Amino acid sequence: MSRSLKKGPYIDFKLEKKVENLNSSNKKEVIKTWARRSTIPPTFVGHTFAVHNGNKFIPVFISENMVGHKLGEFAPTRLFRMHSGDRKK
Amino acid sequence: MARIAGVDLPKNKSILISLSYIYGIGKVQSSKILDSVGIAYSTKTNDLSEEQILSIRNEIGDNYSVEGELRSQIGRNIKRLIDIGTYKGSRHKNGLPVNGQNTKNNARTRKGKKRTVANKKKAV
Repeated sequence: MSRSLKKGPYIDFKLEKKVENLNSSNKKEVIKTWARRSTIPPTFVGHTFAVHNGNKFIPVFISENMVGHKLGEFAPTRLFRMHSGDRKK
Repeated sequence: MARIAGVDLPKNKSILISLSYIYGIGKVQSSKILDSVGIAYSTKTNDLSEEQILSIRNEIGDNYSVEGELRSQIGRNIKRLIDIGTYKGSRHKNGLPVNGQNTKNNARTRKGKKRTVANKKKAV
């Protein structure tokens, strides 16, 4: 079920603050984050986040059409290495 | 013979059912369309006047996306997911279920017909 509209999108509070600081000082910096569940608001566009995937940080550059998705969608948590039979090809 | 959105509608069925032969229109949409143009559901498709057919055609053209338009719209949505590199996009690309279903068993709709793996080791 989708989130109630009354509440608005969930955006990680600390992350939003950090981005605001960067925006106001016009700096670009890679922000390390574990907040995979945070929605991407329009203010995040143009920044690069290092999103944790449980093992390491995956760099994600936010482009305009990523707005409205969650950060975690761009940092896959599973690694699929082919079935043993397919390897020879 | 009524032809709407590039689809020939069956002659001897009620218009409610006939409209559902169009891709993107099921019974619910069909009933909505008929309500807004004011045609009884049970009217046979053959018995429709030209004007009525025209009004249905206009209603669909103005307010609904159907057939090719709808298909390309869906394709674009999927392509967008793939292009921005989401998990969902990768599931679409790999032909696996998108909405978090299990894939240990089943999931055959997405994975297609079973492919037997040759020389697969059996449990001892």
